[in-house]
Amino acid sequence: MLLEVRDVSKIYGTSCGQCLELTGVEQDRAICPRCGSVVAINSISLFAQKNEILGIVGESGSGKSTLLQLIYQDQVASSGQIFFNKLTDENGQPLNILKAPPATVSRLRSREMSMIYQNPQLGLNFLFSAGGNIAEKIIGAGERRYEQIRNRGLDFVDRIEMETSRIDDYPEEFSGGQQQRIQIAKALSSSPQLLLLDEPTTGLDVSVQARILDLIKELQQEMGFSMIIVSHDLGVINHLTDITVVMKHGTLVEYGLTDQILEDPQHPYTQLLVSSIL
Amino acid sequence: MGLTSSRQKERKTERQPSGNLDDRIKLDVQDVGKTFTLHNRDGVQVTGFSGVSFSVNMGELLALTGPSGSGKSSVLKTIYRTYLTNYGSIVFHRADGSVIDLASCTESRVLKLRKREIGFVTQFLKILPRITALQAVAAPLIELGEEAQPALYRAAELLNLLGIREELFHISPLTFSGGEKQRVNIARGVIAPKELILLDEPTASLDEVSSDRVLDLLVDLKNKGIAMVGIFHDKGKIKRVADREYSITRDDGANQSPSFQEAA
Repeated sequence: MLLEVRDVSKIYGTSCGQCLELTGVEQDRAICPRCGSVVAINSISLFAQKNEILGIVGESGSGKSTLLQLIYQDQVASSGQIFFNKLTDENGQPLNILKAPPATVSRLRSREMSMIYQNPQLGLNFLFSAGGNIAEKIIGAGERRYEQIRNRGLDFVDRIEMETSRIDDYPEEFSGGQQQRIQIAKALSSSPQLLLLDEPTTGLDVSVQARILDLIKELQQEMGFSMIIVSHDLGVINHLTDITVVMKHGTLVEYGLTDQILEDPQHPYTQLLVSSIL
Repeated sequence: MGLTSSRQKERKTERQPSGNLDDRIKLDVQDVGKTFTLHNRDGVQVTGFSGVSFSVNMGELLALTGPSGSGKSSVLKTIYRTYLTNYGSIVFHRADGSVIDLASCTESRVLKLRKREIGFVTQFLKILPRITALQAVAAPLIELGEEAQPALYRAAELLNLLGIREELFHISPLTFSGGEKQRVNIARGVIAPKELILLDEPTASLDEVSSDRVLDLLVDLKNKGIAMVGIFHDKGKIKRVADREYSITRDDGANQSPSFQEAA
């Protein structure tokens, strides 16, 4: 087991204590009618094994991105537990990373997991060059020798099929598609075990989108990391993922093999979603 | 399971004195049924198939037959877990002697089995649009750890054998004709043969020559001990490759009894 999310919730606002019961897909709302709190994630449990590619689909506002951010610790969950790989506490018990010391969380974020954001502004530091951004991640993963950092940076710029001569250019000098590639290089340069992707190709034109998806798939096969990819595009999900998770109103509606979700969806909402594919 | 089939199996074991029935069996489907519930159509229920039971041994090809709409493809998809099962069990016997119920095991388990043990040759080619025919065929072999060069070479051999013109090797198979696509699909399915292969009309859109070559390939696979379940329509082809036939009939609920018979 690489990642296990157990009964995780995220509530914005002061909860009246009944928010979780009063919201969700069955209640058809994400706002608690009693206290007005927004339940972004409602008691979600799921897991990812090594080498698996998970997709999360659902309409906007269903909590897809929030779930990724809770896993990556960009946001703090209100309740629940998250376990990562063989991470244990001092007594040898599985360590709930929601309760882990800051140093552990920081190590987790810099070495074991990486995130690629829809908006490159979130994933890249625009004050650093492309190479500087990649170096930041490599240094975070523990490398201190300049030569090694530089060579690894060049190697990853090459792997994302970009001219290595551009390594010292700044993010704003690249196109949107290129910025996404730099994010990919940065994210993978620490050889993470889990790559989180939040709508990595949304907003890019289709030919660029296709090439980036191919690149992600190739690198995944080559390096063998697990992925969780959030997308509202079922085409992306179909091509990229093994397992699909369907979300609505912060709840997990259905979990299954991607071909099963697309060809034999069980839940009314999943059936509606699949029947809406153009 | 009908009387015919158990008698058939006994004879089979006599022919194969080296192993008893239990360690030759690959797949055991017991009383499986599938119903689709369409929630967005007022919850109407559509029966895919019901009460299907059969088993397949190593080195055996079972032909699924029956009129169109009887649920043959649905049976294959259910074994592959593209469809969920409403009732019944689909027990896969692994090489190490352990057994797994494909109808109820975890998704992660199914993924691992699909990688090495259970293959599906569908009628439709599902690959990324920017991959050449050679790459598409070589991919399953490379995934098992084979070097790219020998894998591509083997892919070229197979495509050649199946009569795909060399000028097409470096083009995306999605641009191919129906028959060519199907042959690419078959090549993909047999290049790194899995222990159990599901075949959905493997020769449906092929001419005589290509179809002959595919049938030869299937016989080769059987000789290697691979178990197969395939949908066929043509009696002659069934006779040539299948050891047994399981026919699915649909008489809408009342007294549905699929019949088992030996391929003549």
